Amino acid sequence: MAEKKLMYGNHATVEGVIAAGCRFFAGYPITPQNEIPEYMSIRMNEEGGVFLQTESEIAAINMLFGAAAAGKRVMTSSSSPGISLMQEGISYIAGADIPVLVVNVIRGGPGLGNIAPAQSDYYQATRGGGHGDYFTITLAPNSAQELFEFPKLAFELAEKYRNPALILTDGLLGQMMEPVEFSYDPVDPNSLPEPEWALSGCNGRERRVVRSYDLRIGKLEEWNWRRFKKYEEIKKKEQRFEATGCDDADLVIVAYGTCARVSDAAVRMARASGLKVGLVRPITLWPFPTDTLRSMAKKIEHFLVVEMSCGQMIDDVKLATEFRSKIHFHGRPGGGVPNPPEIYEKITGILGGTK
Amino acid sequence: MKRIFGRPNGLTDIQQRYCPGCGHGIVHRLIAELLVELGIRERTVGIAPVGCSVFADEYFNCDMIQPPHGRGPAVATGIKRSRPDCIVFSYQGDGDLAAIGTAETIHAAARNENIVLIFINNAIYGMTGGQLAPTTLPGMKSTTSVKGRDTVKQGLPLRVCELLSKVDGAYYLVRTAVDTPKNIIKTKRVLKRAFQNQMENKGFSLVEILSMCPTGWGVSPVQAKKWIDEVMAKYYPLGVFLDRSEEEK
Repeated sequence: MAEKKLMYGNHATVEGVIAAGCRFFAGYPITPQNEIPEYMSIRMNEEGGVFLQTESEIAAINMLFGAAAAGKRVMTSSSSPGISLMQEGISYIAGADIPVLVVNVIRGGPGLGNIAPAQSDYYQATRGGGHGDYFTITLAPNSAQELFEFPKLAFELAEKYRNPALILTDGLLGQMMEPVEFSYDPVDPNSLPEPEWALSGCNGRERRVVRSYDLRIGKLEEWNWRRFKKYEEIKKKEQRFEATGCDDADLVIVAYGTCARVSDAAVRMARASGLKVGLVRPITLWPFPTDTLRSMAKKIEHFLVVEMSCGQMIDDVKLATEFRSKIHFHGRPGGGVPNPPEIYEKITGILGGTK
Repeated sequence: MKRIFGRPNGLTDIQQRYCPGCGHGIVHRLIAELLVELGIRERTVGIAPVGCSVFADEYFNCDMIQPPHGRGPAVATGIKRSRPDCIVFSYQGDGDLAAIGTAETIHAAARNENIVLIFINNAIYGMTGGQLAPTTLPGMKSTTSVKGRDTVKQGLPLRVCELLSKVDGAYYLVRTAVDTPKNIIKTKRVLKRAFQNQMENKGFSLVEILSMCPTGWGVSPVQAKKWIDEVMAKYYPLGVFLDRSEEEK
């Protein structure tokens, strides 16, 4: 059996990033993700990688742009306000078709908000976030184990599709300790091939250019449509989710990350009192698991969306189900975390008490 | 017949779109010649700014990247740290380096990042149509200071070499100009030193170059050259502001 350790979610992320063969980190301190750069500074030093504490999140994302354009696996982490600062850079990186990994340990917003767990950056993550037509592949882990495993998946998807990838988590998952199984052999960074677009000096080959602009008439339009064809492929092939107890359900909760963990307990409470309740946990927020929810909408009467926001993912549930089912909402914005009894109460309110 | 002059292999064959009398073409050529003379073209990654010289990514015959406005030093840091064998230079204008990218510039210097910044100071925003730059002289007209820079309302210019000379981490800071053949030859010598510093792992080098923008200044190319000598170089004196190799001796 693989090695198992009790660790903080934020530390699990670091181990996952290292195990995925990433040897370049640049970032700026912000709560509640500081355990990532702190632990990363130690681990990168041990592994002979690059750790840069930058003057700003703007500098961090642009250092990533440079190192990623040089063909390396790179990552940064931050929390909501810092991710806002990175949006210009992420737009350029998406526009240049370069893979990077950005981890957002979301905190309450808007503005300085607070440092409590939140999911209020869902729109920002799933609608591109910066200027222009683009999307970022967005993963939502719900445990320290997934915080360990998802960086590798994120790098693989980012590189396959040449697109930035995001991991959305929060301070609750990041600062909670859980057992983590080191479930795969670490990737040797030297075994990763140099991409055919990487900047490394034009010795023995044509020069390469990484850019996100094209001023020639009609060319940027063509380029954007090519990128959207890629997005259609991602939407078709990469929708990931976990569905439990949905086959006979009268009501299905849709929740991700921390909210999925809490909702899972609420589902068990409901089942114990005879209510037929299931849970769909989107693992990819973009691409959203639209296909599953669309087919479920044919027979499920009620969906209950649980989010730590005023309601953002609920839009995607409505779009996916095409308004065929009744969509209910339970939200806790501004750093509030729902508990199982309050979700259970919401369920009984919809289904009309215990059976 | 023996060929004694031609386009250096450090430049592509693409026709440059700079205005008549613009200084960018001269500096491009100097860099391109050095890429060949120093034998580093095949391991160089250049960075183009946002501004008139955004198209530098088409003109230099080496690997190039075009990042967001002002972020050249951060992108250069990312490339150099992940590929230390590459020679990395960031080519930037005054809006790019001294306005929106001030923080990245200062902190790259503070880290003594082993990169070369080439800073074209023409005291104006060229690409966007001649607006006030952080380097626009007091009283100088621009499209956002039509009666001349009002130093009460619009502040005073930033002198980048003087500013960075107070940063402990910086290694080599020189201001030159490309208004005369003599100054052009001097500029090439300074640029060569900057690239050699990187090849010898010495650290952060910045070459500030006073450069003509006849279109932005609304004067002829000849008048523009004169203006550098008679006006601009008085506010921005040419010379070496920092050379840590002196301390090493």
